[in-house]
This record gives sequence, structure tokens and C-alpha cells, in this order.
Amino acid sequence: MAVQSDPVRAQAPGPSNTDGAVPGDSLSGPRRSGPGLLSRFAPYALLAPAMLATLTLLLWPLVNTFVLSLQNLNKRQLIQHLTEWTGFSNYTDQLTSADFWHTTERSVVFTAINVVLIMVGGTLVGLLLNRLGSKMRLTLGVGLILAWAMPFVAQSTVYLWLFDSRYGVVNWGLDKLGWHSMATYNWTGNQASTFFVIILLIVWGSIPFVAFNMYAGLTTIPTELYEAARMDGAGAFKIFSSVIYPSLKPFFLGTTFLEIIWVFKSFTQVYTIDGGGPERSTETMPVYSFVEGIGNQHFGVGSAIAILTMVMLALAMVPYFRVILKQEDEL
Amino acid sequence: MRRSLFGRSWPNVIALVLLVFFAFPVYWMVSTSFKPNKDIISKTPVFIPFHATLEHFSTAFKAPQFWEMAGNSLLVTVIAVGASLVIATLAAFAVARMRFRGRKAFILVIMLAQMAPWEVMVISVYLIVRDNNMLNSLVPLMIFYMMMVLPFTVWTLRGFIAAVPKELEESAMVDGCTRPQAFVRVVFPLLVPGLMSTSLFGFITAWNEFPLVLVLNKATGPGTAQTLPVWLSSFQTNFGDDWGATMAASTVFALPILVLFLFFQRKAVGGQTAGAVKG
Repeated sequence: MAVQSDPVRAQAPGPSNTDGAVPGDSLSGPRRSGPGLLSRFAPYALLAPAMLATLTLLLWPLVNTFVLSLQNLNKRQLIQHLTEWTGFSNYTDQLTSADFWHTTERSVVFTAINVVLIMVGGTLVGLLLNRLGSKMRLTLGVGLILAWAMPFVAQSTVYLWLFDSRYGVVNWGLDKLGWHSMATYNWTGNQASTFFVIILLIVWGSIPFVAFNMYAGLTTIPTELYEAARMDGAGAFKIFSSVIYPSLKPFFLGTTFLEIIWVFKSFTQVYTIDGGGPERSTETMPVYSFVEGIGNQHFGVGSAIAILTMVMLALAMVPYFRVILKQEDEL
Repeated sequence: MRRSLFGRSWPNVIALVLLVFFAFPVYWMVSTSFKPNKDIISKTPVFIPFHATLEHFSTAFKAPQFWEMAGNSLLVTVIAVGASLVIATLAAFAVARMRFRGRKAFILVIMLAQMAPWEVMVISVYLIVRDNNMLNSLVPLMIFYMMMVLPFTVWTLRGFIAAVPKELEESAMVDGCTRPQAFVRVVFPLLVPGLMSTSLFGFITAWNEFPLVLVLNKATGPGTAQTLPVWLSSFQTNFGDDWGATMAASTVFALPILVLFLFFQRKAVGGQTAGAVKG
């Protein structure tokens, strides 16, 4: 179970990937056993189903999104099977619309707040797991797993109940703590409070993943390193910055990057809390694309927003893939 | 003395606070689903359901098409994950054990595919499925869910296969096995734990998927091709303030995943974690 010993490699493509999946002499097997021609084509035959699936089920919808984004495709055109090409006008419309830029800004801020909270919270919980005795660690671990494993729609449903204005336990608690104006507070009534619920929901559901991986990473750091740092008189912060962070840098880089991608494109949590409301004020990019494209049946416009969202995601990926490509030999 | 006791116990105190923070929503979901209505809509929350009732579960189970959608969810998930395991095992074996031109390119494709923005590809997939007259069918869900979990499955299995010492395979071949035989008889049995934990995350992804099925399968009523996430989200709309029934529905939907997770991750909590993607 080598995968279990390296958190970053196990969770996703990461720059820490140094497991040497291809030992230099791995060719000796097929060369000795198989007939030459057959074994030369064997890898391609093995990859063929996966490649075929990726081309037809992933690449085609991607290309199709772009093709659709160049069309004026609304309910009427859809029903009458009309194809009206409009060039890049869907893009120019978006790029000159205030709604688009507001949504972009909102998505970026939303992502930044979430990712900072997730990474800081996950790191601290991971450090705590490492300090706890085994029984307490198991207890907290069960709690983390419960939050982690909850399906998205169930998460949202429970949060709506927790934050229900009349009978929700959160309002009851705030009232009991003396904040009486919150007794019947409507959390989905305005932008800030709706975002508060969504962010709490996402952070709550995302910390366990980071915490477990952080903890798994910490168990791989030799205790001698801590001892040496402590003998040099290092405090907690110094130990973190001079021992833990350098040892787990690939973990921090890889996980932060993954969380940026996941949060930026998260749809289900945002949509199921209030459908991007009130009055579209909590729409992030994926929800905006969905509401325009599917909800308002402006399929061309929605596709253009989708492509622009993908461009933003791609820009976020650039620094990460530069690191990966630098370490290309280790793939 | 008291101070030093606190010094030793503060991590435990924080851990208990965090335990409440993470577990409470799940506890609240389950406990609400067992409470009679007068305890749910009371001015003071009832924290322990002393008067447990199953009426909310029977409301949820009797909701139109519940069993049909539960069957749909299960069928779609099992087929999508099964198909992706087969396809991924072949590809992962090639990537982990063979050296060939285009190998790195393939790995990059897999890494990129893992980031695929399915959430914004819904419009495109909807129109493709519509053009093929396959709206309100389970088949497109199986196919696209398979693709959603495929990159992660390849990536994880690659690690598991690479971890099996290749000497085992070689000695089987020295003993007269062909390479496929060596894989099936020697490598595959060692991969079973890896296949199980990999399929857990595939299972969760497919069980969770919401935007695509929401758009593709709008038809309700008998013969519906909707799955449980859509059922739960519309349940809440349909049952409005009936929080007991809504929480019972949530519990029923979440329970298979919670049980699977606790079961498979039991060891992981004590020792190491098989980190994985839940995105």
C-alpha cells in the first residue's frame, strides 16, 4: 500500500511524485517474454480504452462547449434546430458586462476566503491530530470522517436546517448567548449571511481532507529533526517554519492548488443553499453559467461563460503545472 | 498543579470542541430524523431524541418514486465505478510497468482530466445527450460518471501497481506464466485492497453527482431516471417545513456513504491516510 504512505501522491497528481513508477529496468519483463512486435504495441492497446473514453466523453464536450459559445442558441433555436453563428459576440457581451466582472470578482474573493480557511484550519487540525493520544485521535478522526463523507446535497440540506430561521439550532444558540436579534434571523435573506453559510459549509466539509493528509505527512517526518530543532532552542513557530514546512512543501503546494480548483468550480453547495440567491447575489462562476445557460435557456451565452471559467481555472493551474513539468523526469 | 494538568490536557479539550464542530451537523441530521414533530418545532431544541419515532422514515420511504431513485443511484454508481475500474486497471498497468513513447503525455492528460470542470460542461453534455435522444435515461449518467471517476482511478491504481514488487511478476514468468497470467495470478490479488479503496472514492463521486442528473433527467413520475441527490433536493422543496421527513431523507441518502467511509477508513485514522479526491 505504498500509496498510503505518501499523502500528496495518493490524493492527486502532485509535484512530490517521486515514487519511481517506472524503474529503469522495467522493460526486462516484456522483452524477455513477449514476441517483440506484440509487446511494443501492448502498452497502446492497454491505454486504448482509457484514451477513447477521454476523447469522446471529455474532449468532445469540451470542444462542443466552445462551438456552442459561438452560437446564438436559445430556446427557439433549440426547438427548431437552428444553428445561428454569431462569432465571438457572446464573449464580447460578457467581457463588457458589469454582471460578468462582478461575478468574477465575487468568485475570486469567495475562493480566496475558502482556501485560506481550509488550509489554515486543515493544517492546525492536522498538527493537533499529531499531538493527540491514540484514543483521542481516533475519536476526533471519526468526527472528521463523518463531515468528510457527507454527500454534498445532504450537507446543504442539514445546514439549511441548522440555520433555519424559526426552529434552527444556530439561531436558538445565538439567542441563548444573548444575541436576541438573531432569534429568527433569516440567513438566506442577504448576500453576506448567505455566503457565510456557504463558506462555513465548504470549509467544514473540506478541512478533514487537508487535516488527514497533513497528519499523514507529519508522521513521515523523522523525530530527530524536531529534537535537533528543539535543542537549538526553536519554539513552535520556528519548528513549523524550519522543519515542518520545508519537509511538507509539496503537500502544501499540491493541496492548496487542488483546493483552489475545487472551490472555484464548486457548484452543488452554492446552488443547493439558495440557488445563487438572494437576487443572484451569491452566484459564483459555475452557478452563473448554469443559471444563464440552463435556467434562462441561453445555451450559447452559458457556454461562453463556461469557456471563460475554464480559462480562469487554466490560469490558476499554470504555476502548479510549471512545477510539475520541471520535475517531469520523475513522473 | 492545576496549570500543568491543563498544559497536558489542552489538546484534548480542543479536540473535543472540534469533534462537536465536525460531528454535530451529522448528529443533528440523524437525531432530527428520529424526533417526533413536537420536539422538532419546539422553542427549545431537544438534543437527545428520547421519544424516538420512525414516522419520518416512513414518510420518506413512501415519497413518490423513492425506491426507484434509490435503485437508479445504486445501478448507475455500480456500473460507472465497475467500468472505470476495468478500463483504469489496463491503463494503470501500462503506465506503471511499461516504458513507451507518449507515456508522459498520457500522464499529463490524466492529470488534466482529473481537473475537468464538469460543473460548467453541463450545458454541452446536455445538448449532446439531447441530440442523441437520450434524455431521461440512466445510460448517459453511467457513461459520464464513468469518465468523471476514470482519471482518479487510473492515477491511484498506478501507485498501487507500482508498489507491487515486479520481482513477483518476473518470478511467475520464470515459472512459465505469460505476462497476462502473471498479472491475474500474482499482481491482481495484491491489488484488491487498492481496488477497494479506489472504488470507494469513485462510489462517492458518482453517488454525489448532482448538476448533470439535475439537467439531463427532468422527468419525474413512474419510470423516472432521477437519482437520490435530485430526490433529496426536490424533497426539501416539496416537503417545505417538514424537517423531520427531510432529515430522514438526508439520513437515508448519506448513510451508505458514511458506513462505507467509516468501514474502509477505520485503519486510516489510527495510522496513515489514503488521501483521495472528493471533489
